[in-house]
Amino acid sequence: MEMQKLYLLVPMAPLVGAMIAGLFCRVIPRWVAHTATIAGVAIAFIASVIIFKDVLAGNTYNGAVYTWLTSGDYKFEVGFLIDTLTTTMMLVVTFVSLMVHIYTIGYMQEDPGYNRFFSYISLFTFSMLMLVMSNNFMQLFFGWEAVGLVSYLLIGFWYTRPTAIFANMKAFLVNRVGDFGFILGIGLILAHFGTLDYKTVFERAPELASAMINIWGAAEWSLMTVTCICLFIGAMGKSAQVPLHVWLPDSMEGPTPISALIHAATMVTAGIFMVARTSPLFELSTTALSFVIIIGAITALFMGFLGIIQNDIKRVVAYSTLSQLGYMTVALGASAYSVAIFHLMTHAFFKALLFLGAGSVIIGMHHDQDIRNMGGLRKYMPITWITSLIGSLALIGTPFLAGFYSKDSIIEAVKFSNIPGSSFAYFAVLAGVFVTAFYSFRMYFLVFHGEERFGKADDAHHHEHHGDHDDEEASHDHHHGLAPGQKPHETPWVVTLPLVLLAIPSAVIGFIGIGPMVAGDYFKGVIHVDNVAHPALSQFLEHFHGAAAMGVHAFSTPPFYLALAGVLLSWFFYMKRPDIPAAIQRRFSAIHTLLENKYYFDKFNELVFAGGSRLLGKVLWKGGDVAIIDGFIVNGSAKLVGWIASITRLFQTGYVYHYAFTMIIGVFVLMTLWINRA
Amino acid sequence: MSTYPLLSLAIWIPIFAGLVVLTTGGDRNAPLARMISLVGAVAAFLITIPLWVGFDVANGGMQFVELSSWIPRFNINYHLGVDGISMLFVVLNAFITIIVVAAGWEVIQNKVAQYNAAFLIMSGLMNGIFTSLDGVLFYVFFEASLIPLYLIIGVWGGPNRVYAAFKFFLYTLFGSLLFLIALMYLFIQSGGSFSILEWHKLPIALGPQIWLFLAFMIAFAVKVPMWPVHTWLPDAHVEAPTGGSIVLAAIALKLGAYGFLRFSLPILPDASHELSGLVIALSLIAVVYIGFVALVQEDMKKLVAYSSIAHMGFVTLGFFMFSAMGIEGALVQMVSHGFVSGAMFFCIGVMYDRVHSRQIADYGGVVNKMPKFAALFMLFTMANAGLPATSGFVGEFMVILGAVKFNFWVAFAAASSMVIGAAYSLWMYKRVVFGDVANHHVEELSDINMREFAILGVLAIATLWMGLYPQPFTEVMHASVNDLLRHVAISKIQ
Repeated sequence: MEMQKLYLLVPMAPLVGAMIAGLFCRVIPRWVAHTATIAGVAIAFIASVIIFKDVLAGNTYNGAVYTWLTSGDYKFEVGFLIDTLTTTMMLVVTFVSLMVHIYTIGYMQEDPGYNRFFSYISLFTFSMLMLVMSNNFMQLFFGWEAVGLVSYLLIGFWYTRPTAIFANMKAFLVNRVGDFGFILGIGLILAHFGTLDYKTVFERAPELASAMINIWGAAEWSLMTVTCICLFIGAMGKSAQVPLHVWLPDSMEGPTPISALIHAATMVTAGIFMVARTSPLFELSTTALSFVIIIGAITALFMGFLGIIQNDIKRVVAYSTLSQLGYMTVALGASAYSVAIFHLMTHAFFKALLFLGAGSVIIGMHHDQDIRNMGGLRKYMPITWITSLIGSLALIGTPFLAGFYSKDSIIEAVKFSNIPGSSFAYFAVLAGVFVTAFYSFRMYFLVFHGEERFGKADDAHHHEHHGDHDDEEASHDHHHGLAPGQKPHETPWVVTLPLVLLAIPSAVIGFIGIGPMVAGDYFKGVIHVDNVAHPALSQFLEHFHGAAAMGVHAFSTPPFYLALAGVLLSWFFYMKRPDIPAAIQRRFSAIHTLLENKYYFDKFNELVFAGGSRLLGKVLWKGGDVAIIDGFIVNGSAKLVGWIASITRLFQTGYVYHYAFTMIIGVFVLMTLWINRA
Repeated sequence: MSTYPLLSLAIWIPIFAGLVVLTTGGDRNAPLARMISLVGAVAAFLITIPLWVGFDVANGGMQFVELSSWIPRFNINYHLGVDGISMLFVVLNAFITIIVVAAGWEVIQNKVAQYNAAFLIMSGLMNGIFTSLDGVLFYVFFEASLIPLYLIIGVWGGPNRVYAAFKFFLYTLFGSLLFLIALMYLFIQSGGSFSILEWHKLPIALGPQIWLFLAFMIAFAVKVPMWPVHTWLPDAHVEAPTGGSIVLAAIALKLGAYGFLRFSLPILPDASHELSGLVIALSLIAVVYIGFVALVQEDMKKLVAYSSIAHMGFVTLGFFMFSAMGIEGALVQMVSHGFVSGAMFFCIGVMYDRVHSRQIADYGGVVNKMPKFAALFMLFTMANAGLPATSGFVGEFMVILGAVKFNFWVAFAAASSMVIGAAYSLWMYKRVVFGDVANHHVEELSDINMREFAILGVLAIATLWMGLYPQPFTEVMHASVNDLLRHVAISKIQ
């Protein structure tokens, strides 16, 4: 088959699946819906593998499928750019999507929206593929918003739950704030490069490296800095960076499979992908990179802290995702784009694994999501236990596992970075290692080890802890839980098989990938790094002597001991002396309250932005439209007319068409008078 | 090129059909009246297809021209023609007329013949506006088209229809008179010609240009409507029956915007440049101010009416940046708004027919009872919020991108609609459609029937088609828009 047709097949196969499952969701049986969508995604995955091999053989592609729009001198096309970055993303997206599709058969089996759900996740796969395969900013934006739409539909999948339909609207709007910046960035590119085609833009970028634009008054700004910051604001929305991160924890309202697929593995990494893709632009602005690294560092560390106090199993993983996205962003800021993509890939596997594992636990617990009600599950759910352990170990950076290679590369690259903000970022990512290990194993111990706390009649436990109303709301509708005496059970094979298949890459992909992806020339010609201005990655690579050596060397570096300390401390706190966390909580109640309220971002947004907008709307409506324009001007004129009309009352018949007809006649009379005078 | 007088047919077929429908008499012949109306509307639509198919995209001038003398004494001619700017609106108008006739099929049971006749005649008159190349002919159509709209609101409207109709009347009368005076002035200046194309070439000093521009602007701004002469629109929409709202939003609002392109820009290029800042400022106020006002509306129709004003702000903004992207984006936005706002008003009508309320607070959980409707309504809500792959995105995207080149902060203000537009659209959708069944009215809802499904389905296809492949729509505009831009760039001051 011609490669172009194969490229087209990759996004189209899931789209066809989505259309079959979606348009006929009310008439087809369930097996048709899942077979059609799984077949579509499987075809996309197989085609991606073939394309991947083809690209490794050196056959890249950049071409248009059709012309979307022309206007003036501008031409917008829908097209594909197939290179190593694209194929990496294609493989990650289609593989995780395939796993999630299979998993969904088990997870959603009791849900009346089964077919609709399959339609949505296949539609998501299509949108995400269009996003990563794009060869221009227009289509990137298309995919960008389309994944946002599907995310919206899926967060609100259980559309009768008030929290879900609030969360999905919040997610869409916060993402739109990011897109607001993103579209301005795209506009700047079009205005100054005259095209949105990646290749042309990147080729011309050096010419415009020192271009200045007037933004505010007479002050001149670097075009590249403004453009890159605008683009990055888009990434901050999609990849949930502070302060646009607020939507991601709430997105846990959606069914767990999509938390794994969309809100951990793929969609939220679109921002990381976009910055890596536009590396030729970001390399031209150290200011923008500083901005990126600082935002990333704040996200990596401070979102990690929030993971420590969460009690909803999905929210722990959600905050962990936020923190890991911060790590990726830090890597971008350090100009280690390939490391960011590498971490994106490893993270996609182990985080999807952790989410699906959490989902498996949720099934086993009959939809109780509170980790305080769990404990000792390893006996009842052995496959879930082992795979979750692998995922957790990969996440905290255990040497030789996937997350170790990507995360340590980030830490090392940041260490060598010299841009403003990098020393703060280095501190943040190091401290983050400890925090990550602590919250990950806090969850792990509370869920799989220790005392069995489930199946108790109305546990008093619940009411001791106050201030966790968010968690309560989150699991309110589906809060069945285990009945007294009931035991959790291992989940069916459709659920555990994806866990096992994801555990494998979570263990080994780092060891395999680091050589070519970070140290090798896998991304040569795709990701551009200015080694003179931003030498962090090249300096790190001078110290790199292969994956095995890196793993061995890790035992003598701080991150390893920080992670170990985190694990041991969580073991001590939650297995040995559960009274200590409670005591700390009492002792430092101010900090605890701050964390409970998630640094007050939500409250601030609700008060200032949501409340402010409504107030402004009311003032403009009641004050501007109703009082001034209508009340004073229009009705004032009407009164004047009414006064005149009282003189001409004779002509009033009360029929609208008489007035209208009279007006026409009047117009003609007036016209005649004018013409004759002329 | 066709030798048939296609434009005359596009004008007079619906008017003739409307008159025939009137002869069917009282409501006992309602089925016949409906059938004739549908046939007339479909015939009128079919007539417009050769306009698009046979349109020469390389030719920026007038096509399908018809010219004959009407009132020789004043040199007034029956002069018709379409270019890349007006052609799509003739097609859109004919298309929307079918939708409107179908929309009132079961709903209107009172004075059926008159109702349908009003829409058919209105459709013909509006085609007259889009095709007139003679100032007087334009004016006659422009004013005459108000009569059916008055009737539609005044006879089949809601309880407060008299106030709404009067407000509408007052606003447009004010604008029309100034417009007429401007036409007279041009007639005199041009040495006795009412030809719009002649006026395009007429040299005028800057002073008179400014006055003429303001006169035109007031007339057109009321129609668009632009802030601050917009307050008639929410009232008119609220009182109008569903069909009236659809025509008002989909076509009637386009008349004012079209006037800017046909009169203000080419006849008064210097004044247009001189006063572009004013128009852009008013457009941005429409986008931002009206967006916030839409956010807090409690009546669905008012909300969509306000969102129409905000969307039309993009149109006037696009025109006055004097770039191909801006003008074409604005034109695309006009066509798209025809589909999307028409569909939004129809969706509200569907719910109103069942519950007899437009208050958001009276709904909640509609999706539980009307899943098919909810899915289609979602599509149009998203299109209203400018989601890519829907037509609503294309125009906004083009105008925003064009604006970045023009001025970053203008683009900034315009792009804020990405957030505000999504906020008011999705918040309404959430409160109306999502959630548990809110009350017994919602509990009793039945999902859309075949007729309603067909109407929304056709509009959905149009919305998606234009979003996924807008090239056929913009292709026809290029030559005319480029001609216009070249023309506007040349000063007329001598």
